[in-house]
Amino acid sequence: MRNRFMLAGLAAGISLLTLGAAQAVEIEYWQYAYETRVTAMDQLIANFEKANPDITVKQTTFPYDDYQTRVIAAKAAGQGPDVLQLFYGWLDKFQSGGVLQPLSPTAFPHDAIEADFFPIVTAMKRGDDYYGLPTAVRSLALFYNKKLFEEAGLDPSKPPQTLDELVAAAVATAKHDAAGNLISEGITMDMAGQDHQWWREVLTRQFGGVPYSDDYRTVKYGEKGGVEALKFYTDLQTEQKVGQTGFMDEGQAAFRGGMAAMTIDGTFRLGSFKTIDQFEWGVTELPANADGTRSNYASYFANGIGASAQGEELAAAEKFLAYVSSPEAMQIWLDVVGELPARKSAALTEKNLADPILSPFLKALDYAHTTQFVDEAGQRQVAIDMANRVLLEGQSPADSVAEAATAEQAIIDAAAK
Amino acid sequence: MTTIAADAVRQPLKFGRIRPGQILIWTLLLLGGLLMVMPILYMFSTSLKTASQVYDLRLIPAAPSFDNYVKVLSDGNFLRWFGNSTFIATTVTLSNVFFDSLVGYTLAKFEFRGRYFIFLAILSTLMIPTEMLVIPWYLMSSQLHWLDSYWGIMFPGMMTAFGTFLMKQFFETVPDDFLEAARIDGLNEFQIWWKVAMPLVAPALSALAIFTFLGNWTAFFWPLIVTTSRELYTLPVGLSSFSDAQDTRWEMIMTGAALATIPTLVVFLVLQRFIVRGVMLAGLKG
Amino acid sequence: MAQGAITDDTVPRGRAWDRFSIRTKRVIWAWAFLALPIIFYGWIRFYPTFQAFWISFTDWDILKPAQFVGLENYDKLVHDPQFWKVFRNTFTYLIVGTPISLVIAFLVAYYLDRVRFMHGFIRALYFLPFLTTAAALAWVWRWIYQPVPVGLINGLLSQFGIPQQPFLKSTTQGLPAIMVTAIWAGLGFQVIIFLAGLRAIPSTYYEAARIDGLGEGAILRKITLPLLKPTTVFLVVFSSIGFLRIFDSVYNMTSNDPGGPLGSTKPIVLMIYQTAFSSFDMGYAAAQTVVLFTILLIVSLLQLFVLRNR
Repeated sequence: MRNRFMLAGLAAGISLLTLGAAQAVEIEYWQYAYETRVTAMDQLIANFEKANPDITVKQTTFPYDDYQTRVIAAKAAGQGPDVLQLFYGWLDKFQSGGVLQPLSPTAFPHDAIEADFFPIVTAMKRGDDYYGLPTAVRSLALFYNKKLFEEAGLDPSKPPQTLDELVAAAVATAKHDAAGNLISEGITMDMAGQDHQWWREVLTRQFGGVPYSDDYRTVKYGEKGGVEALKFYTDLQTEQKVGQTGFMDEGQAAFRGGMAAMTIDGTFRLGSFKTIDQFEWGVTELPANADGTRSNYASYFANGIGASAQGEELAAAEKFLAYVSSPEAMQIWLDVVGELPARKSAALTEKNLADPILSPFLKALDYAHTTQFVDEAGQRQVAIDMANRVLLEGQSPADSVAEAATAEQAIIDAAAK
Repeated sequence: MTTIAADAVRQPLKFGRIRPGQILIWTLLLLGGLLMVMPILYMFSTSLKTASQVYDLRLIPAAPSFDNYVKVLSDGNFLRWFGNSTFIATTVTLSNVFFDSLVGYTLAKFEFRGRYFIFLAILSTLMIPTEMLVIPWYLMSSQLHWLDSYWGIMFPGMMTAFGTFLMKQFFETVPDDFLEAARIDGLNEFQIWWKVAMPLVAPALSALAIFTFLGNWTAFFWPLIVTTSRELYTLPVGLSSFSDAQDTRWEMIMTGAALATIPTLVVFLVLQRFIVRGVMLAGLKG
Repeated sequence: MAQGAITDDTVPRGRAWDRFSIRTKRVIWAWAFLALPIIFYGWIRFYPTFQAFWISFTDWDILKPAQFVGLENYDKLVHDPQFWKVFRNTFTYLIVGTPISLVIAFLVAYYLDRVRFMHGFIRALYFLPFLTTAAALAWVWRWIYQPVPVGLINGLLSQFGIPQQPFLKSTTQGLPAIMVTAIWAGLGFQVIIFLAGLRAIPSTYYEAARIDGLGEGAILRKITLPLLKPTTVFLVVFSSIGFLRIFDSVYNMTSNDPGGPLGSTKPIVLMIYQTAFSSFDMGYAAAQTVVLFTILLIVSLLQLFVLRNR
């Protein structure tokens, strides 16, 4: 801190002497608070400041739940940051609300972006402009508890590869007490976690449908695939009795507590699962359907430039954004946070592909879909309610999916207005 | 019937004269109280567990450890947040004790046109959820450059309808004769309030102080919105940024909650004695 | 501190002052006492409140300039099935929660007031929940309500061979389960206020009653309850407002699916919160706020009217 201060002072002194030379610029960076992300960003900032002594970067973090509120309130008061992190699903709101400014095509040429990054980067494009670049991307996979697999007589080196095998493994590993109460899950059921993505972008496609039209403005899962996918999902609780919504509150908690043999979760969970010391776990690709069709859901947090950055600060912000989207930064992010690099060259290295934990996630990026949400929380709620109507109120999957499709279409239409 | 009344009327209870009904009531009260604190005991118990023991709901941890506390306290900012919360909660409490009782007293003991209207107007501010006021307050603070400052955190709570209402109700129980006597003695209205009326409602004042202090001590949403610098965080905001960053590690959240509770526990125990003393004073004068 | 300021400066002294009648003087004193608070409430509370009323007629989303849309938000509200569900839930919290919690609190305070052995300790037990952070304790409650193998209550039930209950995971048991938590969280507050009220009753009244030979029940009816009325009015009004504005308990207990399965435990403030800070539809949220404001005002005025001094 003190060094930086002296450096800034030194820089200011020199600029006085050299008349008009660049003065130290301070830019502000915002992201949500998550221990490893903050640590990784601290490292990136230190490296960046070493390479650019005339720029200082101040990192500010807020709890995830209130992060969007903070960004939007700050924008309304004209106090926004120069560079900020955002979930790709928030782009509609941030772009139309003027929180972000488009990336200059000279500093960030489009053809280079599209050639180097995984294709899901196009979710950051509106009209002719890009509004941000990701450092890392995330996808889903099936986590399984090797100890529970062994106890159930399953081979812990051969996790399920198809939906049928998944159900069989779940049936084999689920445990019930004398009264028939579930005491250890075969697979977690947590629509509020990642299951809604699994149902939407994976199961619906595997049962022959598509979740949305190509522009994600029309809900399509009500026509085909969605009903069968929901029935498959809810049958896990009602027929096979291998999972239970709300068991140990959250799917990840049940898995971490050693009370669920399998759970579907994302790269972002690797960090916290690595602290598990009671059992060994493995990761495998999300199971294919009988035809061998696989699908996945990929998403990311991107960094964008705040609308208020101008002149020197804008130039500094562009430099900083370029650095945090560089292959070097991506490697640091992978090492510290555990998320996959967003550039193909940095991600698909031999070392990464040979890594038993990373490779299932990396492979998924080839066939993953990225839902374009207009109201992430609202659309997730639709899926949660859809499953609950079947599980708690005994509604038929067909009726429930139809109701969900109407509700979600209304959310999308309202946002388009 | 109150302690005071009991003191005045009957001899201290002796063992032989305790009726079975009283023992039953005492036991029921104690059991109810123990039931009340069960969740809190679990909070402390969880804070002494490791991540893998959290889902084992035994009250006494298999191997209690203070590692979580060491981890939270070793964050250099903890003392700072603690200091911020203490300063903010104390200042706001003093302001409330002064202004809420002043307004409550005025509304209870003065006759003037518009009295009931002002009472209802102040009461009606309880009817807007704070969540709805946060954005206007933020924009207001931004224009006045109050963002990211102690004053910015404190200003919305300097007076509350809750406290005003509470004090008004208690001042209404103060007999007018006492105030009239003081008036004849030549005290002005401010002195009458401060020197005569205030001591008479000491129990209510200490209750108000406790509630205001706690409300501000645990306040989360507004301090979070208005602050940006880590140095200005209050304890709940700081602790949430700490536990949130741990992927909802419950043993850490419980540790944070326990650490935030311990000082309020101490404050309460101190003020509890003050309440008792306040009651004594009121009793002697009554 | 402010004592000197008020006596010396705020209130004019000298000849003009002496000419006022005592009555007029008291009125001037009253307004002098109220001056600063009126500015404060007007600026910090009413101004934003009026803003909320105005915003309810617009489509403001914080980011874009607000546009006047007339009664569109209110029209949407009336036709929103979720709103009516939330409306019902909120009134259930009010109608069931307020009387139950007040009766329990009064019984505890009334008997605790007469307990001398370990009085402070028992009182502290009841008050302790109020000292803790709502979010952390909500987590403990979630675990108490869990299904087997970890849930405390279900663990007990299954030991006695009673089938386990879904509690928070159910559309019918969720609301009562949260109500218990909310009553638990607020009970200490009510007990303390009742205790303070009981203690404020001068002991001379009781002495007089005893000399008159009144029994316990008669003293309760004729002395304690009437003299406790200001306290009771405060608690009835304030607790009702509390239950109509219930938010923390619900939000923290059901944070994975805010408002419980299919919104079965969702109160109106949670809907406002989600509309405002998850969808950022401030106009719609403001319309909900105005409705809540109106309900609260009517309920409070009714209570004050019914419980007024006759």
